[in-house]
Amino acid sequence: MTAATSLLSLRGVRKEFPGVVALDDVDFEVRPGEVHALLGENGAGKSTLIKVLTGVYPRDGGEMSLGGETLSPQSVGEAQAAGISTVYQEVNLLPNLSVAQNLLLGREPRRFGLTDWKQMNAKARETLKRFRLDIDVTRPLGAFSVAIQQLVAIARGVDQRAKILVLDEPTASLDASEVEVLFDILRDLRTAGLGVVFVTHFLDQVYALSDRITVLRNGRKIGTFETAELPRPKLVEHMLGYELQGTASSHASRGTVTEGNDAALEMDSACVSGSVQEISLAAQSGEAIGLAGLLGSGRTEVCRALFGLDTLSSGRIRRNGRDVHITSPRGAIAKGIALCPEDRKANGIVGELSVRENIALALQARRGWWRPIPAREKRAMAEKAITDFKIATPDADKPVRLLSGGNQQKVILARWLAIAPDVLLLDEPTRGIDVGAHAEILRLIHQLCERGMALIVTSSELEELVAFSHRVIVLRDFRQIAMIEGEDITEDAVLQAIAS
Amino acid sequence: MIPARHAPVLVTAGLFAALFILGALQYDGFGTLRVFLNLFTDNAFLAVTAIGMTFVILSGGIDLSVGAVIAFTGVLTAVLIQAGWPLWLVFPLVLVIGGTFGAGMGCLIHFYRLQPFIVTLAGMFLMRGLAVVVSERSVPIEHSVYDAVNAAGVMLPGRAFISAQAIMLVIVLAGALILAHYRRFGTYVYAMGGNAESARLMAVPVARTTIGIYALSSFLAALAGIMFSFYTSSGYALAAVGLELDAIAAVVIGGTLLTGGYGYVIGTLVGVMLMGLVQTYIAFNGSLNSWWTKIVIGVLVLIFVCLQRIRIPTRAATGSARE
Repeated sequence: MTAATSLLSLRGVRKEFPGVVALDDVDFEVRPGEVHALLGENGAGKSTLIKVLTGVYPRDGGEMSLGGETLSPQSVGEAQAAGISTVYQEVNLLPNLSVAQNLLLGREPRRFGLTDWKQMNAKARETLKRFRLDIDVTRPLGAFSVAIQQLVAIARGVDQRAKILVLDEPTASLDASEVEVLFDILRDLRTAGLGVVFVTHFLDQVYALSDRITVLRNGRKIGTFETAELPRPKLVEHMLGYELQGTASSHASRGTVTEGNDAALEMDSACVSGSVQEISLAAQSGEAIGLAGLLGSGRTEVCRALFGLDTLSSGRIRRNGRDVHITSPRGAIAKGIALCPEDRKANGIVGELSVRENIALALQARRGWWRPIPAREKRAMAEKAITDFKIATPDADKPVRLLSGGNQQKVILARWLAIAPDVLLLDEPTRGIDVGAHAEILRLIHQLCERGMALIVTSSELEELVAFSHRVIVLRDFRQIAMIEGEDITEDAVLQAIAS
Repeated sequence: MIPARHAPVLVTAGLFAALFILGALQYDGFGTLRVFLNLFTDNAFLAVTAIGMTFVILSGGIDLSVGAVIAFTGVLTAVLIQAGWPLWLVFPLVLVIGGTFGAGMGCLIHFYRLQPFIVTLAGMFLMRGLAVVVSERSVPIEHSVYDAVNAAGVMLPGRAFISAQAIMLVIVLAGALILAHYRRFGTYVYAMGGNAESARLMAVPVARTTIGIYALSSFLAALAGIMFSFYTSSGYALAAVGLELDAIAAVVIGGTLLTGGYGYVIGTLVGVMLMGLVQTYIAFNGSLNSWWTKIVIGVLVLIFVCLQRIRIPTRAATGSARE
């Protein structure tokens, strides 16, 4: 390793939460002009490290210095003033303020002590030019797509005359061309001598962009590697802590499903006004149907219709051959259909409730509120789920909001499996969770199929879809454009259908 | 094109114009500059209070203590003046008390993470109680300055009169507009109402802003208390009961979202004016009980809250349709 001077350096950083050591003696160093990828599984401590770095959490031990000066930021403002700016995973901007206000919040240009709107909007347009964004900066941010909001968030981070730019999963809501724009900008910034800390679960992007990689596992640092010298399988091994089993999908397990039986769940030319049109699909028991398509193609909307969140304007839904009317999630659950939504935080978990309460929620709802589940039964159920799903939590009483994304997803899965639904809708079950939990959730999908459950799964990762689907439905612009079955399911075939 | 976010204010202004024209057609002397300017005079203290309330609601909070602060300020002002204290000492003193009281509530809300509703409810009882302790009875104010100020103003043709109350209101309004739209403080208020957590992560000084918001609201309530003491030439501990609810109603009718983040200070002024116009209309009618004002205001608030409901889901839907 060269003796390049470090820009940011952390030594022996420690952070504890009640019952958990989130960071244990972690060293981390960023040089000027490098993109440093920070990788690790769920609960490895990436988010915690970033929050310590950016002043959200105070650290419990260790040293931190920026450009040779010791730093202990007590607030986001202090870290920013010192030159560390952050773009968080979820877009953390203000939808009610204009794009220009979001970009320059707290640094508004002023004349005679008053905000100079003209100069502010001009400055904002100037900043966004670098991002090849030509939008009306006076409109409220909420009027733009999530991708544009994310780019604005990054533009804001870059624009703060930062020395260190921290990007936490910045590409989760961007499409391929937007990712390219972002990467071009990051390369420019690297040339300009900025240190970029890059957290992602897309390994392709790590190899496309980063110079060095630091891997964390269970709150400890596993090592820092030159990206060019670390082959991908080795990286995955470091992240998981064990040797990777062949990741090749087991196409053999795709047993033939007896035709002619009534499908567990069937959609027949279903339309929802203002949303999906003419969708027909059928899932037999024991089958997984993959929904493929680009962002905004209507995958989520199909799930919403099946779960009664949107009502069909025409067409029908059948369960075991009988027409059913699903007008509410409650009705859907009563008919044995469960949904794990895409946006875990907003629609899935009840953050303040404990792991145990969250798991018991669906079962309780089905029993009715006047028949409480005995505490012992609830505890047993939670303990079983925690072992079965390998949920990383010190105990079942921990509020769910304190768990990492992948573990929250497992809690939601456990909740639905407690009521043993016949049909399970999984909307992007692996979004924002990393390799280990990823593999476990895929394994779970296989298991559930074997148990005879019918699954409908959306995913933007083709590799994953191909691995578990018995049938892939490809959507574009809210319409069904292709169905691929059996041995024909390959990444290429799906990609071609999407691109056709 | 008119941006959609200005729509609620324009609806309120349209209602105001419609009612003004309706009254002018029905009653002699209604459609005059005099009636219009009297709205400013008679509602000045409510408008000043509601302007403070606008900042609180924009930030996602609520302030239930303002009515009690007005009463306390009024009664303390009256007692001190009758005790012979000079005005130049009394007015700054009560304003500082008001501002400090609000800052204290802001501290409780921020540092102890208490609900604004509960903190300001406690503040309301505290202030109302203190007001009664200062004097149980109505205290008349006899002071030459009071007489002079109440007579001061600009007389326009048609017996229209720009009173000192109206001038004070315009000054406060101008200051509030600058604060809301041309100072960082205003942007921070909107930011916190938009999403408090995002605002914190974007390095908005949340503590300073929260304390500032409640200090401003109480300060303006204290100022309204002084204006009220001029308006009535007295101070009474049980005055302005329920005025905080009128102020909240005016803010809502003026198009500000109760959950914060969206709305305009100018809208609140239009809201107050519309409420005042409804009262004037009912007074001109003569046969209607004046409590009809309350009924109309109730209906207006309900309509506006419903309109906001309709506006919000459309915004949420366009957001989720993109996945």
